[in-house]
Amino acid sequence: MGEPMKIRAALTAGATEVKVLMSHEMETGQRKDAQGQTISAWFIQTISVTCNGRTVLSAQWGPAVAKNPFLSFKFEGGAKGDKIAVRWVDNRGDQRTDEAIIA
Amino acid sequence: MNRRTLLVALAGIVISPLAGAQGSTSDEIAKYRAALQDGNPAELWEARGEDLWRQKRGPRQVSLEGCDLGRGPGVVKGAYAELPRYFRDADRVMDLETRLVWCMVQLQGNTEAEARKNPFGSGSDRKSDLEALTAYVTSESRGVKMNVPLAHPKEVEAYRVGEKLFYYRGGTHDFACASCHGEDGKRIRLQELPNLMTPEGAQKAYTTWPAYRVSQGELRTFEWRLYDCFRQQRFPELVFGSDAAIALTVYLARNSNGGVYDAPAIKR
Amino acid sequence: MDSGRRTILKSGGGLTLLALGAAAGWLDCEDALAQTWNKAAFDTHSLGDTLHALGGDEPAQSQDIEFVQTPEIAENGAVVPVGVTSRIPKTESIAILIEKNPNMLAAVFDIPAGTEPVISTRVKMAQTSNIYALVRAEGRYYVAAKEVKVTLGGCGG
Repeated sequence: MGEPMKIRAALTAGATEVKVLMSHEMETGQRKDAQGQTISAWFIQTISVTCNGRTVLSAQWGPAVAKNPFLSFKFEGGAKGDKIAVRWVDNRGDQRTDEAIIA
Repeated sequence: MNRRTLLVALAGIVISPLAGAQGSTSDEIAKYRAALQDGNPAELWEARGEDLWRQKRGPRQVSLEGCDLGRGPGVVKGAYAELPRYFRDADRVMDLETRLVWCMVQLQGNTEAEARKNPFGSGSDRKSDLEALTAYVTSESRGVKMNVPLAHPKEVEAYRVGEKLFYYRGGTHDFACASCHGEDGKRIRLQELPNLMTPEGAQKAYTTWPAYRVSQGELRTFEWRLYDCFRQQRFPELVFGSDAAIALTVYLARNSNGGVYDAPAIKR
Repeated sequence: MDSGRRTILKSGGGLTLLALGAAAGWLDCEDALAQTWNKAAFDTHSLGDTLHALGGDEPAQSQDIEFVQTPEIAENGAVVPVGVTSRIPKTESIAILIEKNPNMLAAVFDIPAGTEPVISTRVKMAQTSNIYALVRAEGRYYVAAKEVKVTLGGCGG
């Protein structure tokens, strides 16, 4: 289930800027451990961000996205108090959804 | 433009690309560092650390909220700016991490071994509680001016020992801290090395630890920074929370007094 | 919906309002659940193969795709900030590809109407390489490239 994401959503000049910091190993599947065994790939595959239920961004990721991923984007509209929800699903089928209010 | 002015202008054009090469590399690296500031994974450690601080844990099921970090029991704000310091109850000088271990033992009933285990985490399977707690406590000193005390005889002694250690050459490469950090203009590959003997160098270096170390993928503390320097100098292992580690920390932290604390930061 | 129940139960003993809300939303929205991951696109080793897997073809070089807050030199390849801004009208998606990585495609962002075609994230780079920003707008593909040098700072740790 991972640790909670840090989500910041702020309204500036009619657009909402969303910044998300996620906690995830994003293991590539290329590394080997001290015993020489390959550490299996473990990474977020899909992302979906909604504002009051409306999708404002979706993404597919590969293991080349950096560990503890950071994401920032903007969408038009949104109002103070609206709910932003960020959901990720990883290649193990694990998932996490966190929410924040537009400030 | 007369002929002389033209020659001077042309000379300027020829010289600047050569001088610019070194300058533009460090400019670009500065841009890399600036781009990293937005969204620091250290915040994930700060959040976990705050939880660990408040949770009732250990054999006595007590939280760390009664822990005295030097400004009174439970006072976290500004505490890191005054560490390391002498603590009467322990009768020794302690840095933040040894003080946290102390509280985990005295308040929560853990054994010292339990509290000290896993000071440097690795991945999501081996998270370090000490790193998370350090991230939280240090974040509460952000914006505060460093104000490490040097009053008690043991604090003075620690400073002197730390200073000696800073200049102590040893290991297979005959390095001392001062070999890399005792002069201006030193670098390793593309990394410029701070001169810790100047106030600016000392302040900038000390006030930016702990930091999320991108190359480690982890939040690393000052104890880790010293441990890793010792490793890179081919010195014997610097034991976590040892007198040597604390003495060096006293020396470097005290030298950073006056600098505004700005961590947890993010570094390469 | 068995795996669904398992996931909700895994959320912990104390189900917060957050988890309940997420669970309710997840059970209701079948299309959110069905977000697919294009495995073929993430297994490719060339710009052409990636495009083919994404369902496109020959991209046009574009001056209207800009790299923003993307440094020329990364002190460490583990975390390289990449920002892409597309000025191409009706941008539908932005993809980031790293030429010399084991697999080229790093990420694809789908931009719905109303969202600005501006994305900022961080990627891993195995070595100095070109980064391609691939934009799809009205079914056509456009591309821009930037070389990012990767170095290893300090003592190498």
